[in-house]
Amino acid sequence: MPADANAFQTALALILGMDPVLLGIVALSLQVSLSAVLIAALLALPLGAALALWRFPGRGAVIVALNALMGLPPVVAGLTVYLLLSRAGPLGQFGLLFTPTAMVIAQVILILPIIAALTRQQIEELHGEYREQLRSLGVSRPRMIPTLLWDARFSLLTVVLAGFGRASAEVGAVMIVGGNIDGVTRVMTTAIVLETSKGNLPLALGLGLVLLGLVLLVNAAAYLVGETARRRLG
Amino acid sequence: MNDMPKCFVTEVPALVFDEVSFTHRGQRLLGPLDLRLEGCRRTLVMGPNGAGKSLLMRLAHGLLTSSSGRLRWEGPTPRQAMVFQRPVMLKRSALANLTYALAVNDTPRSRRRLLAREALERFGLAALEKRPARVLSGGEQQRLALARAWLTRPEVLFLDEPTSALDPAAIKAVEDAVLEFHAAGTRIVMSSHDLHQARRLADDVVLLNAGRLIEHTDAATFFTVPSSREARAFIRGELVL
Repeated sequence: MPADANAFQTALALILGMDPVLLGIVALSLQVSLSAVLIAALLALPLGAALALWRFPGRGAVIVALNALMGLPPVVAGLTVYLLLSRAGPLGQFGLLFTPTAMVIAQVILILPIIAALTRQQIEELHGEYREQLRSLGVSRPRMIPTLLWDARFSLLTVVLAGFGRASAEVGAVMIVGGNIDGVTRVMTTAIVLETSKGNLPLALGLGLVLLGLVLLVNAAAYLVGETARRRLG
Repeated sequence: MNDMPKCFVTEVPALVFDEVSFTHRGQRLLGPLDLRLEGCRRTLVMGPNGAGKSLLMRLAHGLLTSSSGRLRWEGPTPRQAMVFQRPVMLKRSALANLTYALAVNDTPRSRRRLLAREALERFGLAALEKRPARVLSGGEQQRLALARAWLTRPEVLFLDEPTSALDPAAIKAVEDAVLEFHAAGTRIVMSSHDLHQARRLADDVVLLNAGRLIEHTDAATFFTVPSSREARAFIRGELVL
């Protein structure tokens, strides 16, 4: 029997048997990535909207920088946070390196540009449609931000999901700043790397399947919400 | 219908165009023109496509800034609202679209729903309160836009070809609404290329062609003895060149 088929069986057994080690890793992964998405969204949605509404010198450069940062390599984000948080770094006194908090920070840096840049595009498009009506109603620009964010909520859901996908799938940043410490900072992606290199393919594969399943589930839910709402609200 | 209307509210200041022009990318699209809109009248801005009707309305409402000349209210800037050719509704319920307008002009939260429901009632939309505004028909959306304008209690109401995409029943509803605004003391400035509509509604007519003001006269004069060659041709239904 080939090793792969064996690995699949073991993987399924681990998942169906609710293996506590597996569950712990999955829970931490979700905790880190969801926190990062929440924080990044809270910052990036208003930022992207503001960038869509205000014209100022250097705006083009900011947009180009944001768009470029969408492709920021996770290891570079990780390295930057590592340097900031390491004992000798400017934020070393807080002792955050190799904690889940450090992983959240790294992922926020990674996905904030994605959410901000895509939000800017969506809001700019919607603003083009709403501009005259909102100005006619006497809506001030700061007030337009919540209005436009709310009216673009379905397309922004997809934007936030793109951020979540990036956060939950990346391995470079969390590996560097988390350190893959068993029971403390080990998440699905870092565990997969470790178990694969150890030759423990069943656990690696089991984690991979769970990761795929989770991402699939979240996207399916978002698709359903978006489609229903689009049909109902036009 | 063309008798001089009474003003029920305090006199709305006149809007004066003083050599106003609008240029876009080096091309003069409107003006320079002199124009004075005053009283509680129903002014119909007429002319073929591209005459500058929409530009004139947007300049007057403050959505655009003139490239040269001066545009001023003779007095404090009045409350204004504008109804567009294609109504822009927020992706919310019909009621929420109205309460939003009230929230923007700082109506206390406790009164918003009541006022919004009254406006829906007034424009025959009470049954559609919970429906998403964007799935309403064109006529219903235009009435909702009028209800939204009503809530801002405008002293001047601009309407940019509000009936050009509507069927006769919906057109009638919009025209009735316009008369209701007017009866409440609102100055009406409405663009249209429909002569029949102008005959039904106008106290005075502003005729534009190719960005120039051809004439501004009382409706009675305009439709019987227009002074310009273009106006005569326009009324006969010939294209103005």
